[in-house]
Amino acid sequence: MKIAVCIKQVPTREWQPRLRDDKTWIREADVSYEMNEPDAYALEEALRLREKHGGEVVVCSAGPARVQQVIREALARGADRAIHVEDDSLAAADAFVSAGALASAMADETFDLVLTGLQSDDQGHGQTGVVLAERLGIPHSTIIMEVQIDPSTSSGQAGSLRVKRELEGGWFQWIAMPLPALLTIQSGINQLRYATLKGIMAAKKKEIRKASLPAGLQPSQQIVALAMPARSKQTHLIGGSAGEAAKELVRLLRDEARAL
Amino acid sequence: METTLTKGGAWLLEDTPDADVFTPEKLSDEHRLMAQTTDEFIANEVLPNLDRLEEKDWELARTLIRRAGDLGLLGTNVPEEYGGLDLDKVSSLIVAEHIARSASFAVTYGGQANLCILPIVLFGTEEQKRQYLPGLVAGELVGAYALSESGSGSDALAAKTRATKQADGSWVLSGEKMWITNGGFADVIIVFAKVDGEHFTAFIVEKRFPGVSAGKEEHKMGIHGSSTTPILLQDTTVPAGNVLGEIGKGHKVALNTLNFGRFKLGAMCIGGSRQAIGDAAKYAAQRKQFGEPIASFGAIKHKLGEMFARTYAIESLTYRTAGLIDAALAGGTHDGATVAHAFEEFAVEASIAKVAGTEVLDYVLDENVQIHGGNGFVRDYMAERYYRDARVNRIFEGTNEINRMLIPGMLVRRALKGELGLIPAAKRLQDDVLAPSVPSTAFGDEGMLEDERRAIAAFKKVALMVLGTAMQTYGQKLTDEQEVLSYTADILIDTFASESAAIRARHALQSGGAHADLHEAAARLFVNDAALRVEQSAKSALAAMTDGDTLRTLLAALRRVLKVTPVNTVALRRRLAEAAVARGGYILN
Repeated sequence: MKIAVCIKQVPTREWQPRLRDDKTWIREADVSYEMNEPDAYALEEALRLREKHGGEVVVCSAGPARVQQVIREALARGADRAIHVEDDSLAAADAFVSAGALASAMADETFDLVLTGLQSDDQGHGQTGVVLAERLGIPHSTIIMEVQIDPSTSSGQAGSLRVKRELEGGWFQWIAMPLPALLTIQSGINQLRYATLKGIMAAKKKEIRKASLPAGLQPSQQIVALAMPARSKQTHLIGGSAGEAAKELVRLLRDEARAL
Repeated sequence: METTLTKGGAWLLEDTPDADVFTPEKLSDEHRLMAQTTDEFIANEVLPNLDRLEEKDWELARTLIRRAGDLGLLGTNVPEEYGGLDLDKVSSLIVAEHIARSASFAVTYGGQANLCILPIVLFGTEEQKRQYLPGLVAGELVGAYALSESGSGSDALAAKTRATKQADGSWVLSGEKMWITNGGFADVIIVFAKVDGEHFTAFIVEKRFPGVSAGKEEHKMGIHGSSTTPILLQDTTVPAGNVLGEIGKGHKVALNTLNFGRFKLGAMCIGGSRQAIGDAAKYAAQRKQFGEPIASFGAIKHKLGEMFARTYAIESLTYRTAGLIDAALAGGTHDGATVAHAFEEFAVEASIAKVAGTEVLDYVLDENVQIHGGNGFVRDYMAERYYRDARVNRIFEGTNEINRMLIPGMLVRRALKGELGLIPAAKRLQDDVLAPSVPSTAFGDEGMLEDERRAIAAFKKVALMVLGTAMQTYGQKLTDEQEVLSYTADILIDTFASESAAIRARHALQSGGAHADLHEAAARLFVNDAALRVEQSAKSALAAMTDGDTLRTLLAALRRVLKVTPVNTVALRRRLAEAAVARGGYILN
């Protein structure tokens, strides 16, 4: 099995967002970065599939030079090699551009399976994987909780897989689909492994193939303005008898706050 | 890492080119990943289990040591053929620094990696390394180090444990060791005993050897989650092949192990300080009094700013020391003797890292309690536990008092051996300062921390003045003058710390890296206050050694040398404090 995992470098969750003066993106100067969390689970899933079925795991990332940090981390955790589409303009690229950049570098590799996180912690569109599948001309399935490869599938041979999708309201769906395919992986579906010190040192010797951004990729969307969420506190007093008030409170919690 | 100065203590006599100094900003991607792995391990597996460790669940401690072994955290200094990774010393520093916030477990880890694995790496025979290292590095065996006895702590060579040679070449050991970290569950113990009651020697003793037993757990002030027991040896037979190092050369094993252990303890103090600054900054941001977060008050900013700057200084000097050791060991693998020699070369710096690190940490943890107020005094918050846990750091691995004797003591010894040009430099300085006017030193006017550069040059002169006067006054008897030696040590510590901080800040300013303004503020604040301390120590030392006209002349010279204009430290502390609060901690790299 030849598996690709697409990872994105995003600001760390502890970072307090600060906006650039033009309010269309964050101030990158004082950001510290980490691997997008769902992508880390996608990587872990790929490594587990490789352990079960053999083959190789290739990590793919599109971004400026700084994304090497997460590429190195993925190699240290056990990926075999990497592809880096490097361009400064990819720092705040939309899903369409990111997917286009990745597709151009990945097309010739003919992966059996492509895994991405279901969405990014920064922009959170949840589109990159889906668009990438279209660009690679392969089927996709989203919000995947579990991946089962048909046991008859072996390296270099197209096979099939069964995947469990998360639906709303605690419902799940099992789907059978052919390979090659692209899956977008939900966070928390497995237990992440550490990069061992041995793995970290071994990663230094692993190949990172650089690819350039294909010409003619134009963003399909534009961030017009970013704003910090406004904090507000409203007190709503519910009148009536205790019984009525309790009923009303439950209704509000369920229908308006959606807390129940 | 390019470094030309590879002599220990050379920084006192020469100007170090900025580019030669290793700083945390020069860490490689690999180093940062090692920090991340260590952090994740501590956060996911150790911190949630601290209470169980405090209840003396040593099976859990064993499991965690094995997990640390799986991740490679125990093998940073061990050659690959014995299961290690043979990494640079910066890597060891990083692992130690990031393991530190687990306090109790960090002590368990230190007992294993620094005090058991390391002496076997440095002094073990091929056979001993093959027999013990793979298990210890994998964490399948737990290690300990048994040097102290009830009657011999600092005076370790006065140990009473005896070793007697048997007809078949084996040894019989008898005695009682005290305060042994990991004592309750260690498998392999480095034991120091005197052959025939005379020749101090190290042995590798297995817990399963007949006659070896652990006493009761000590009731300690802190680090309750680490095991500390006596180790009893009752006519324990130890095979002939288990002498570690040479007979009668146990002090070499002990001292070289401690040289590196001290450096790593300094590294752990950085990690502890960072953690506490994070806790304090977050607490101060959310705790409201008089309708305001207490972080907005000057008195709290003073504390946070000072915690920040002092942590910056120990971090700078410890990373610099790691860089020096790595530079001395650059180029390939080394046998134990070469590595031991490198540690010995930088023993002064290691002692500085230990004393400065542990004292800064205790300062930071004390202020952390204070910022937490009443909440700092109760067990619901970590502040109280940190405060207790850290206190032992000033006691073990050589008390800070012993280390203070060693810092000037080792420099003097090297000077007398002709390895360090201390005496001619002190003589030159004496001629200079007693001359009617002090020639001003020429500095390149690079416009960056120039006042601090001048101040640090002055600190070095003051150190030489005091040390030179002490050598002249006391000659061979200087070792008896512990107060003067302590004052001298304080000046040397502040000098090395100030220079390391200032060089690092200049790096940050020149490279225009992130937070360069914070680097600058921390270095300027530290150097400014160091000048006050240096002056105070120098005056006390000089007044203890001389009087009358000699003292007046020396004090006049001191005034001329140490002309440092105070800076607005209130503003600098506020800037650092506000940054720590905004970022939720000490975040520079």
